[in-house]
Amino acid sequence: MPDQPQAAPIDQMSFEDAMAELERVVDRLEHGDVALEESIRLYERGAKLKAHCEARLKAAEERVEALTLDAAGQPKGTTPVEGL
Amino acid sequence: MSDLIEDIAGGNAPEFTVSELSGAVKRTIEGSFDHVRVRGEVGRVSRPRSGHVYLDLKDDRACLAGVIWKGQAARLETMPEEGMEVIATGRLTTFPGQSKYQIVIETIAPAGLGALMAMLEKRRAALQAEGLFAPERKRPLPFLPEVIGVVTSPSGAVIRDILHRLRDRFPRRVLIWPVAVQGQSCAPEVARAIAGFNALAPRGPIPRPDLLIVARGGGSIEDLWGFNEEAVVRAAAASQIPLISAVGHETDTTLIDHAADRRAPTPTAAAEMAVPVRRELIAWADGQGARLSRALAQGFGTRGQRLRDLSRALPRPDTLTQTPRQRLDWASQRLPAALRAVVTRRRAELQAAGSVLRPSTLKARNDRCHDRLETLQRRLGSAVANGERLRRRELERCAARLRPQGLVRQRDRTRLRLEEALRRLSRIAATRTAEQRTRLEALDRMRESLGYEATLGRGFAVVWSGDEVLTEAAAARAATTLRVQFRDGDVTVAPEGAARPKRRPGRKPPAQGSLF
Repeated sequence: MPDQPQAAPIDQMSFEDAMAELERVVDRLEHGDVALEESIRLYERGAKLKAHCEARLKAAEERVEALTLDAAGQPKGTTPVEGL
Repeated sequence: MSDLIEDIAGGNAPEFTVSELSGAVKRTIEGSFDHVRVRGEVGRVSRPRSGHVYLDLKDDRACLAGVIWKGQAARLETMPEEGMEVIATGRLTTFPGQSKYQIVIETIAPAGLGALMAMLEKRRAALQAEGLFAPERKRPLPFLPEVIGVVTSPSGAVIRDILHRLRDRFPRRVLIWPVAVQGQSCAPEVARAIAGFNALAPRGPIPRPDLLIVARGGGSIEDLWGFNEEAVVRAAAASQIPLISAVGHETDTTLIDHAADRRAPTPTAAAEMAVPVRRELIAWADGQGARLSRALAQGFGTRGQRLRDLSRALPRPDTLTQTPRQRLDWASQRLPAALRAVVTRRRAELQAAGSVLRPSTLKARNDRCHDRLETLQRRLGSAVANGERLRRRELERCAARLRPQGLVRQRDRTRLRLEEALRRLSRIAATRTAEQRTRLEALDRMRESLGYEATLGRGFAVVWSGDEVLTEAAAARAATTLRVQFRDGDVTVAPEGAARPKRRPGRKPPAQGSLF
């Protein structure tokens, strides 16, 4: 598997990277020219990637804040914004 | 004299000092022109360190000096540039020290849309030439930003539109950097906001956004002018965080749009560019999961099917052994009978052979062999004697044929051939010597005709001094005796008057005065 960053820990992957690798895994598995043991390994990797993507999708939460600026116009903190 | 008389004649007119007159002019001018609007083209502009701006306003016939005081200059919406058609508002004043008047400008604005657009185009071209809008500077937007920074007015439809669309597609953490989106503070605030978001530490108390949106609703070109300012364009171009500009309506283009990584026609569109649709991604992930399971199941299914196919093609083990087993049974049944038959047959054969086997039979055979051996021994003695006789006769015959006459004849023949060869060799040598001599004589004749001795016959003579041939008169004069060689012999002479100088040719005294 020289073309796949298998070593990358999934929980540190960005959504986009996990997504791209999941697509590669599914493609390889669907082409069916992998050995049986490899196909099981790919499936497990794919399942983990999918779970990671889903976790990132579930974690979508809106949080809106406005920066508060000091006299010099530099940010000193945030205040929650609601009702918009 | 007449001047003096005139002076006296006009004596009843009031007399001013220069300062008085200048003061009166100043009052008149400032009183009459305390608020004027004047349209003209900006001439030379200078900005000394004091912060005041000095410029000329002109048209095709006149020129008016102008000044913008430092405090006013900082508040100007548009800085005057040379060649710009402007309308300046202010008051006239005089400068008595130099007999000058000027306009103190309070506001200055481009005269009409054409002038504004011309200035905008000029600025755009200059920034483009710097490479700020180059396509290779554009960076791709992140697929799914975690934190989105929005530079806009904190109240109003724009931020609401953006938040609504983000909520619909993919709720994210949003940081709003409040700025004025029009007026004089717009440009510096927007520029500072873009730079400020970039300056945030990635893991600081305020998270650094992965994406910036600079947004403003529609408005007149003057309203949007802040987003054309160089400071804003430079801040957008310098932003390390990918930036979407969404300023004005779709038809409005401001310079920040050129420097941004993406330009959105509306704030809503900017939100659409910023995040993917969460529902679609969930559906996509489900689809991927389904494909994954299906592909694995299919892999198992295909393999299972193949296994079943193969095992069907594989024959049952007992069918493989049936035939051999039958043959074994059959053979093992026949084995005892066959053994018995063989033993019986062998026994009969043994008895038949044993019946003729007696000592007398062996003795008869032994006697026959003995007789044969004796016969052969007798024949051997006579055969050796015969062989020897035969060989001796052969040797005697060969010795009789061996005679010396043949060898002598061959020697005489060889001697005759040697003598003949010697005779031919001496003939050839004589001929070659004669040829060489003839060629040598011919060469000698040629040498004589080419050498100097032949020239003696034609009247030339050679002058010798001792063993050397003299070719120079100086050498002849230096010699004590000279030997002159003619064709038929030599004459010895003494050189005459060795000290007498020879007249040099070409040095005749001038026969007449030189013309030069």
